[in-house]
Amino acid sequence: MTDVRTNTLARLRGGIERIEAHADTARLDRVALGHAEADATLQGGLVRGTLHEVFALETRQVGAATGFVAGIAQRLTAGRPLLWIRQDFVAREAGALAMSGLAELGLDPRRIVLVQAADAEMALRVGADALACDALGAVVLDLWGEVRQFDLVASRKYTLAAQTSGVSCVMLRTSALPAISTAETRWVVQAARSPPSAPWEAWGAPILDTQLIRNRHGQTGRWIMEWKCDECLFRETAHSQPVAAAPADRPHQAPALLELRGTRRGQRSA
Amino acid sequence: MGNALHDTKPLIIAAKESNAWQITALNDAAAKLGLEIGLPLANARAVCPDIDVCDADPVADAELLNAIADWCDRFTPLVALDPPHGLFLDITGCAHLFGGEATLMKQLCATLHRQGFIVSAAIAGTSICARTLSRYAHGRIVAAGDESKAVMPLPLYALGADDAIIRGLRRAGLRTIGDVAGRGRHEITARFGTAFTALLEQALGQGDNPISPRKPLPDYIVEKRFPEPVATDAVIASTLNALARMLIAAMEKQGKGARHLEASFFRTDGVVRVIAAQTGQAVNRSEVIDRLFRERLDAIADPLDPGFGFDMIRLSASHTEIVVQQQSDLDTNIHANDELLALVDRIAARIGMRRVLIYLPVDSHLPERAVMALPAQHHLAAAMQAAWPAREDDTPLRPLRMFEQPEQIKVDHAEVPDKPPKSFTWRRMEHVVLRAEGPERIAMEWWRAQEQQPTRDYFRVEDKQGQRFWIYRDGLYGEIRDKENELIEPKWFVHGVFA
Repeated sequence: MTDVRTNTLARLRGGIERIEAHADTARLDRVALGHAEADATLQGGLVRGTLHEVFALETRQVGAATGFVAGIAQRLTAGRPLLWIRQDFVAREAGALAMSGLAELGLDPRRIVLVQAADAEMALRVGADALACDALGAVVLDLWGEVRQFDLVASRKYTLAAQTSGVSCVMLRTSALPAISTAETRWVVQAARSPPSAPWEAWGAPILDTQLIRNRHGQTGRWIMEWKCDECLFRETAHSQPVAAAPADRPHQAPALLELRGTRRGQRSA
Repeated sequence: MGNALHDTKPLIIAAKESNAWQITALNDAAAKLGLEIGLPLANARAVCPDIDVCDADPVADAELLNAIADWCDRFTPLVALDPPHGLFLDITGCAHLFGGEATLMKQLCATLHRQGFIVSAAIAGTSICARTLSRYAHGRIVAAGDESKAVMPLPLYALGADDAIIRGLRRAGLRTIGDVAGRGRHEITARFGTAFTALLEQALGQGDNPISPRKPLPDYIVEKRFPEPVATDAVIASTLNALARMLIAAMEKQGKGARHLEASFFRTDGVVRVIAAQTGQAVNRSEVIDRLFRERLDAIADPLDPGFGFDMIRLSASHTEIVVQQQSDLDTNIHANDELLALVDRIAARIGMRRVLIYLPVDSHLPERAVMALPAQHHLAAAMQAAWPAREDDTPLRPLRMFEQPEQIKVDHAEVPDKPPKSFTWRRMEHVVLRAEGPERIAMEWWRAQEQQPTRDYFRVEDKQGQRFWIYRDGLYGEIRDKENELIEPKWFVHGVFA
C-alpha cells in the first residue's frame, strides 16, 4: 500500500473512533443511584450529560414520578443549579412543584430556578436554550400529555446539546405513553405501598415502583426503590415486596407502542 | 394643534359640560360663521342648521398627542406633554444636530404639517415664554435675554392662565402682557395669587419652570438615521449590532454596564415602536445586547411591522451601574453564577420576567404562603443565600406537588371529631385509605382575612396503591354553618400529593 492510502485509512479509522467515542461505555460519566441491582443493570449508574425520560402513565402517578425525577435530578446535578421548566397545564392538572416538599426530599431549593412555560413548545425552546448553558447541573422538563413537537429529531438535538455541554436533561412526562426517542434511559414510575409497620412508626418515605423500559447500554428491569432523604440515595426497601420479574433477555431497543399498551394494562391488574 | 381640514365645510366638536352641550373645538370655516369655543351647541345649530357636529373624545385626543410626542422623540429625548394640545421640547444641545434652531423648527413643523396637523411653534429661553409666543404667532425664535421684549406686546390670553384671571385683568383695563408686567408684582399677587405671578415671570424669562419629560432621560443614547427608510430584517439586525457596539464603547469609557435597554424604531409614517429588555446584572458586552434583542424580537407577539420602513433606530441604556471587571476564568464559581444569570436574562427576554422564578422561604405556617416566588432576574443572589428551615424528619411531611386550588373530594365516612376518612373519591376514582397520619391542625391567619376562615385539619394518607395524598377537612365538626345558620358537614379537600 502507498503512503497516501495508509494515511487515508488511518484518518478514517480515527474518525470512526471519534464518532464512537460516546458509545464507549467505560468513558461515560456515570452517577450511581444507590440501588445495587439497578446500578448493576445500568453498569454503574445514570449517565450524566444526556437525556433521560420518566413517564407517569396516568395523572395520579405524578407524585411518584416527580419524586423519582427529583431524586435522579439530585444525583445528576451534584450541587450545581437545577432548572425546572414546567408547562402551565401540568401545574393546573397535577399540582405545582412545592419547594418545601422538594427541600424535605433533600434537594437544595436555593439551587432551583423554575420556569413557567405557557405551553409545551415554549418549554421545549427554553429547554434547548438551557441545555447549552454549562453552568447548570440538570434541566428538568415537566410536560403534560403527548407532545407532538418532541419527535425523534427534537430528542436527537436534545441529546447532542446535552452531550456537548455536559448538562443532564430529565423529561418528566405525565399522562403520556412512551414513544421512540434517543433517550439514554426511559422509566415508567408509579407509587408502591409503604412496608407494613407498627402504627407509631414513621411511614411515607417515597417508595417507588420503577420500571426501566429502555437502556441504551444494557438490560432493562423493574425494582422497588426507596428514596432516602438524608443520604440522598435510592435504596432497596427494608421489606421486599413481590414484583413481577422483568424478562432478562429483553432487547434494549425501544419497544413498540402496542407492546407498551399491553404492559400498561398488565401493571394495572398487578 | 388641530386637524387641518382643507374643505370649507364648517365642523364643530361638542362635549357635554355641566349638563349642556358646548363647542370644544371648531375649524376655520366654523369660526368664520362667528362660532367660538364654549358656545352652546343649540346656538351653533341656530346659526347654521346643517353644521357637522362630532362628539369630543378626550381619550383619543390624549393618545394622539402622546403619539406625536413619541414621534418628537427623534429630535430630543426631553419631550413633555402640555395638555390638551401642546408639547414642550427641550432642545438644549440638540439643535446643532439638525442644522440650527431655525432649521429644526422648520423641519419639525413641515413634517407635522404633511401629516395633516396645523402647527404653531416658537423657540425661547423658557418653556412658558415659548408657549406664550406660539399661541399668538407661529415661527418666532427669541434669543436669550429678549424674552420680555418679545412677550410684552402680546394679548393676555396667550399666557394660558385661568379664564377667571384673564377676565379680571381685562376688567381692570389691562390688555397686554406688558400692561400687567408694568404693575407692581405685589398688587397682582394679592389679587390673582402666586401661581399667576410665577407664570407671568416665566413668560417674561425671569424664572424658569423645568419641564417634566414623559420618560426619564436614558443614561446613554446611540442612534442611526437612514437617508432611505429600511425595512429588511437583515439591515435592522446589523444596525442593532452596530448600535450595541457603539453603546458599549460609550459605556466602557466610564466603566459602566446597563440593566435596562430600549430599542426605538421610528417609522417613516410617524409610528414609533419601543422594545425594552432588562437584565439581572449590568451588561457590558455587545454580544449579550445583540442576543437579548434577537430573543426579544423573536418572541414578541405582534412582530415589528416596518410599514414603509424605518428612518431611524435608537438604542438607549438606563439603570447603568459601574461594572467591576472580574478575571472570570480564575474563579469558576463566579463564572458559573454569571453564566446562570445570563441564561436567566435570555429566557426572561424571550418569555417574560414573571415566568422565570426563584423561591424564598416565608415565615408562615400556612402551606400556601410558606414560600414566595420572585423573578429570578432580580433576586437570584438573594435566593442563593436564603436560609431555609432545617429538615427534621426522614419522612416528608409536606407534599411534593401542591394544587394551586385545593380540589374537593367526596368523603363517605370519617369518624367525628378528628379522624381521617376511610375512603374518598377524587376525580371520579375511589381511594381506600390504608394508612393515615394526623390531624395537623392549621389555623388560618386571622390578621389577614376579612372574615373568619375555618381551621383546617390536615392528614397524610396512603391508599391501596401506595399513592400518598395530603388532604384536609375545612373546619371542625359543629363549627361550620350555612347561610341559614344550620350546622353542616365540613367539606374535604385534597391539597397535594407526596412522592
